[in-house]
Amino acid sequence: MRSASGGGAVHARVVRSMAKKITQKTKTPMPCVDPAVRSRAFVEVASGYTEEMAVAEANRCILCKNRPCIAGCPVEIDIPKFIQKVAEGDFEGAFQTLTEKNVLPAICGRVCPQEDQCEKLCTLGVKFEPVAIGRLERFVADRAAAFGSQSDSGTSPQPTGHKVAVVGSGPAGLTVAADLAKMGHSVTIFEALHEAGGVLMYGIPEFRLPKEIVQREIHGLERIGVELKVNHVIGRTFTVDDLFEELGYEAVFIGTGAGLPHFPKIPGVNLIGVYSANEYLTRSNLMKAYKFPETDTPIVHGRRVAVIGGGNTAMDAVRTALRLGAEHAYLVYRRTEHEMPARLEEIEHAKEEGVEISFLAAPVGILGDDRKRVCAMRCIRMELGEPDASGRRSPVPQPGSEFEIDVDVVVFAVGQGANPLIRSTTPDLHVNKWGNICADAATGATEKKGVFAGGDIVTGGATVISAMGAGRRAARAIDVYLRNPLPDGV
Amino acid sequence: MHRILSREALAPDVVRFWVDAPPIARKRRPGQFVIVRLGEGGERIPLTIADADPKRGAIALVVQGVGKTTRDLNAMEPGDAIQDVAGPLGLPTKIEPGQRVCCVGGGIGTAVVLPIARAVREAGGHVVSILGARTRDLIILEDDVRAVSHTCVVTTDDGSYGQKGLVTDALREAIAKAPEPFHEVVAIGPLPMMRAVCELTRPLGLRTIVSLNPVMVDGTGMCGGCRVTVGGEQKFVCVDGPEFDGHQVDFGELMARLTAYKEQEAVACARHPVAGPFTPAW
Ligand SMILES: Cc1cc2nc3c(=O)[nH]c(=O)nc-3n(C[C@H](O)[C@H](O)[C@H](O)COP(=O)(O)OP(=O)(O)OC[C@H]3O[C@@H](n4cnc5c(N)ncnc54)[C@H](O)[C@@H]3O)c2cc1C
Ligand SMILES: Cc1cc2nc3c(=O)[nH]c(=O)nc-3n(C[C@H](O)[C@H](O)[C@H](O)COP(=O)(O)OP(=O)(O)OC[C@H]3O[C@@H](n4cnc5c(N)ncnc54)[C@H](O)[C@@H]3O)c2cc1C
Ligand code: SF4
Ligand code: SF4
Ligand code: FES
Repeated sequence: MRSASGGGAVHARVVRSMAKKITQKTKTPMPCVDPAVRSRAFVEVASGYTEEMAVAEANRCILCKNRPCIAGCPVEIDIPKFIQKVAEGDFEGAFQTLTEKNVLPAICGRVCPQEDQCEKLCTLGVKFEPVAIGRLERFVADRAAAFGSQSDSGTSPQPTGHKVAVVGSGPAGLTVAADLAKMGHSVTIFEALHEAGGVLMYGIPEFRLPKEIVQREIHGLERIGVELKVNHVIGRTFTVDDLFEELGYEAVFIGTGAGLPHFPKIPGVNLIGVYSANEYLTRSNLMKAYKFPETDTPIVHGRRVAVIGGGNTAMDAVRTALRLGAEHAYLVYRRTEHEMPARLEEIEHAKEEGVEISFLAAPVGILGDDRKRVCAMRCIRMELGEPDASGRRSPVPQPGSEFEIDVDVVVFAVGQGANPLIRSTTPDLHVNKWGNICADAATGATEKKGVFAGGDIVTGGATVISAMGAGRRAARAIDVYLRNPLPDGV
Repeated sequence: MHRILSREALAPDVVRFWVDAPPIARKRRPGQFVIVRLGEGGERIPLTIADADPKRGAIALVVQGVGKTTRDLNAMEPGDAIQDVAGPLGLPTKIEPGQRVCCVGGGIGTAVVLPIARAVREAGGHVVSILGARTRDLIILEDDVRAVSHTCVVTTDDGSYGQKGLVTDALREAIAKAPEPFHEVVAIGPLPMMRAVCELTRPLGLRTIVSLNPVMVDGTGMCGGCRVTVGGEQKFVCVDGPEFDGHQVDFGELMARLTAYKEQEAVACARHPVAGPFTPAW
């Protein structure tokens, strides 16, 4: 590959301008495991580009002058630069460019909603399909991992002697920890569960984000000196104030995510076989219930499973149901496909795998048998009415349109709230009416001295990359705070 | 890793462990629990912190072997290590000074009642304890409970020890005999026992606190698996409990939910080296 481009910038430009004329209109397809096979196994669905595919796809980028794609990336990766390096066969250089801005490229390349972010603004997308930026990002990160490249290959920083505590090890916490450690601060992450990674570990399934990749990133953090304390529930094992007073941390970052599941107020939600998506996915992913009885944690295996919701969480749950052996996996969503917040690719994959989607419907009750186990769900048809506060047309129930479906497991993926553990044990932390922590958008600073926050605990359920962006901004602000013990306006 | 410091059999299938867990030993208050995972592939199970020694940095767990995980744990020896212990979880018992409290413990529930009785006593309260079990061998921690109680009554269903009968019989008598009415009853044991105590105290308007034992996963409020209905409202036992006003609890629903994994538990149990008959939890 490298010899084809010769590595020289001039030569590359020539190659590039030739490529421009023969632009493929559509993205280089992503090789995927056959839907019939993968819908029954936890193997990763998309297998990734080969070098040839990556170079071909990179050559679709026309290196437009105003580079609109960058503005679509919450961490402002220099997209044309890294893509150009891929086109040149300089995969190592592409990796360095990525990691200047993104500490978790192998993860973002897989789970970012690219169609709403970088790829949404890609110039090619006006007439054709946009450049497959996410797939290229994934390719570069995976290749670097396979060859043992490390983004932190530079010199280790001068220790500053400052101590920072990070609460929660989701993407927000991992990013803030990585950045602060690279600045020379001593960082400890406190995680409530027995494994680090947040939603990346317990929520997003193996078939979409192999846990090995998350572990790789976490080991990377440990290698640069970040201390990881699992099984530490902040608010219980230590309070936020204990972290300062008892343990001597000078700043605390709270990145505890949006982890409180909501159940609708309808009859039957406490029947056996009704789960929150969090519980269903945690049992399957974190506790590996799909390997029971080789592992100890059980899960109710439904033959007919209904998942309620239309986001990524719902897609993950319904596709997990198939892999746990469901004969029918239904997705029940109250709006239409057009309003679904899930990533486009996941919706396509789910359909290929045989998920049966019922749009414009919502449950009104769950029915149980004499053992209090789910046997059916009553739903009502919806019609779209006026746009609501979010700008989406809100669903209106149609009287008299109730219908029943036979199911034995029901999973709710209808949004989550903020966990009250920290706010109830930290009285001087300000929260809004939904319980989310109030923090400055630019710095993550809260009203409480030395306490910063970011990710889903501040914004409510959002995306991996936005949580990382918040972590990055907070790391900068914490660094300033530590170096100026009496700052104004931090 | 949390090293087991000591192990002591209290009754058939019931073991008291002291386990190394310094921050938890310092922080825990009566009524709180930990989530334990023995090792890779293990289940996360909740266990009450029966006692703590902050100086030694150790907590006591009293475990009844009812299924795969609890039997695996009970087979462990001093020097062995438990991989994960997280806590202290749940809300501490609300203890007001100088209260007259009747503490009722059934079976393994006695281990949960003991730290509460002790705390009531230390807050200057008056403690009447009632311990019950099916038969003599299953009465645990009697000496520890006696040491913190003004009065202690033991009942066995078969009359093999103490008074013959159920804890509710002894409770009825204790209420009748009390020179001054109790401020509250704390009843912890098998669900049918807690429900029976609540049926007895409800008509008397006597406040009754129970500790609930739903199936848990994370223990931090993230999964909702531990949800119960209390006073018509949904509560998560791991963050809103584990103690609730027993007169408000929907026991029938909780009993049903505890059977969710019956078949799988039997499978897991059969894989255990010392597989015995499957017995329901406390
Ligand atoms: C099933 C599912 C699928 C998703 N799919 C996508 C996707 O495809 N693309 C995308 O961009 N986004 C997706 N998201 C959203 C994305 O995962 C989140 O926005 C992101 O993980 C938020 O990161 P965070 O760091 O704020 O919190 P989290 O990832 O939620 O991590 C918070 C961590 O804090 C820990 N914690 C909580 N309380 C405490 C405490 N008191 N003490 C110590 N630790 C604590 C938690 O255990 C957890 O590990 C998905 C979410 C879910 C649930
Ligand atoms: C707050 C709380 C405190 C508890 N304290 C103690 C204690 O101090 N000592 C003690 O011996 N037991 C205690 N328990 C009960 C103990 O957690 C269960 O007996 C244990 O989980 C059973 O696991 P197993 O694998 O051995 O048995 P399994 O075969 O899995 O199950 C046997 C029984 O335990 C119940 N159970 C199964 N999994 C769980 C789970 N993850 N969480 C809760 N219950 C479950 C089942 O409904 C079944 O009835 C407590 C439970 C709760 C909720
Ligand atoms: S991090 Fe996400 S938004 Fe940014 S370039 Fe990569 S895939 Fe696009
Ligand atoms: S907008 Fe599209 S074509 Fe233009 S530089 Fe970015 S990726 Fe390349
Ligand atoms: S155990 Fe998961 S919310 Fe209580």
